[in-house]
Amino acid sequence: MSSSLMGQDCLEIRNLTVDFDGFKAVNGVDLTLERGRLHFLIGPNGAGKTTLVDALTGLVRSSGEALFRDRNLLTMKSHMIVRLGIGRTFQTASVFEQLSVLQNLDIAAGVHRKASGLIFARRKVPERVEQALDTIGLAALAHRPAGILAHGQKQWLEVGMLLVQDAKVMFLDETVAGMSAGEREETGELLRRIVGDRTIVVIEHDMQFMRRHADFVTVMHSGTVLAEGTVAEIQADQNVQEVYLGTVTEVAAHG
Amino acid sequence: MTVTDAELSDATDIGQPARALTAARRTTMSPAKLLKTYGPLIAISVVAYVLLVWAPGSLSAFRLGNLGKYCALALAAMGIGLAWGRGGMLVMGQGVFFGLGGYVMAMHMKLEAAGPGKVPDFMTLYGDGTMPAWWEPFRSGPFTVFAILAVPAVVSFILGYAILKRRVKGAYLAILTQALAVAFATLLIATIKQTGGFNGLNTFRTVFGHNLYNPTVKKNLYLVAAGLVIFFLVILWQLYRSRYGELLIATRDAEERIRFLGYDPANIKLVAFVVAAIMASVGGAVFVPIAGIISPTNVDAAASILLIAGVALGGRASLLGPVIGAIAVGYGRSALSEKFPTQWTYFQGALFIVVVLLLPGGVASVWPKLTSLPSRFKSVEPSTAPRVDLDHAKSEALA
Repeated sequence: MSSSLMGQDCLEIRNLTVDFDGFKAVNGVDLTLERGRLHFLIGPNGAGKTTLVDALTGLVRSSGEALFRDRNLLTMKSHMIVRLGIGRTFQTASVFEQLSVLQNLDIAAGVHRKASGLIFARRKVPERVEQALDTIGLAALAHRPAGILAHGQKQWLEVGMLLVQDAKVMFLDETVAGMSAGEREETGELLRRIVGDRTIVVIEHDMQFMRRHADFVTVMHSGTVLAEGTVAEIQADQNVQEVYLGTVTEVAAHG
Repeated sequence: MTVTDAELSDATDIGQPARALTAARRTTMSPAKLLKTYGPLIAISVVAYVLLVWAPGSLSAFRLGNLGKYCALALAAMGIGLAWGRGGMLVMGQGVFFGLGGYVMAMHMKLEAAGPGKVPDFMTLYGDGTMPAWWEPFRSGPFTVFAILAVPAVVSFILGYAILKRRVKGAYLAILTQALAVAFATLLIATIKQTGGFNGLNTFRTVFGHNLYNPTVKKNLYLVAAGLVIFFLVILWQLYRSRYGELLIATRDAEERIRFLGYDPANIKLVAFVVAAIMASVGGAVFVPIAGIISPTNVDAAASILLIAGVALGGRASLLGPVIGAIAVGYGRSALSEKFPTQWTYFQGALFIVVVLLLPGGVASVWPKLTSLPSRFKSVEPSTAPRVDLDHAKSEALA
């Protein structure tokens, strides 16, 4: 990649450190998140995966640099980071349960609207929302409260909300956890369909899901990057095998 | 819940949704949807008929005056419904803004009673007969009307900005606003030479040149108060059905989530806080000419809590609940204190407990509960009783 594109369309992370009163949850991470691929972020519990995403989305303070479109995300407030085109989901699905599926998506689409438009009611369903409803397969449930959705559907709604935001970088925190095998497969296909020129970063524990869908994998351990590469490269990596000794085979056997 | 198998299989069938069918369903409004959207306007019309046609024709001048006072309180209560019911901010100091509007109006009427160039009577009584310079602009009627809207807007913006940007919420916000009401009342009592102190401002003669003792003027004052209730009901109706209204509910239910959709929740809540303050101020301003007095007891912590009680009784998240609740509490207070002069506060406390325990959504939640039991999730009522600690717990869980 030429240096003129650095920090333009991909997300460049340099020496990112999160310090919780002396405990470094993330310790000097360098990472490049490129466009157009499903980038899996894996690692044992406490490896710092979620903390890294928290830092990149303004939820925790951190030092270092994370350049996207010539801005350093680490100095920005959460809602401004979102407006720059970076979205995330949380481990526990957090849709607005009292509002309908449509309203959930419409609120997420609001990031592109002027504040003055807020005083009016929605006349018709915005095209972006309509497309997202079809993409995530919840069109038939558009007017139902999000609270009645099944667990998997809520996660898809979250993905749909990132879609209408038109997030260029999506962080998905354990999206398929708790899903049935069928739902996982559908989620994987959904992510394939929407990735386009986006960067989709998937934090995951499910090794089988990773093997089936990852374009690129970063393994974290104790707050640092342990290894990076394709699925095959990662599986062959000696360090990774040591860290995961026992756990990889176990998870794979179950998954 | 009530998702049919067909809907479920539809939903999980990624890739080939029934586009034509759903598109058709979305563009034409079903009768049920029409009723849901415009039904509140019918309800507002009924309230308008009762307040503007039935009451003036049927009630004695005394009762009508009382109803006018309840309407003034209802204006403040509607603002609380917006801030608390829809915005999740338990504002326990709305008496402050009620008082700002009330005192601005009272100052103007006091100056009217004193006459051009003269000084209000209490200033000669308690002071040396000189008037503070900041009283002077309130001789002007137009300035007074402007101040009734602008003063609470500016004060609530500054307060709200300071409180909400620091992410103060839940019980802390309730205590803070409550403390403001105490401080405001204390300040008024301490500044007897400027504000009339504990006695407040009273003995008015005219309002904007109209004799307060004229029966027609009295009736018109009532009609103004009731008319403003209807006016603000329509404003709130539009606000609640707007995208902002949806956003406010979303902010109430998951403030941290809203942040990650690109909004600053503080700004969203600030709008509701300022609008609520303006409504309380307008309420205070129409209260004064009808009641003939404004004093620290109308604006202190107890008065603020009385407003909250009405809102809780009526249903804080509903459109009409706060109005009905405020009028009911006002009426109950008069009726009961006529019979049991000293025990009113016990009734008030008992009422508050009963509502919170048995009917957290207020009286307004009874009707939807009875009519739409299967689809009760459609309601926008907060699902749990007092939300005081819930917000806090939720944000901690997310952090």
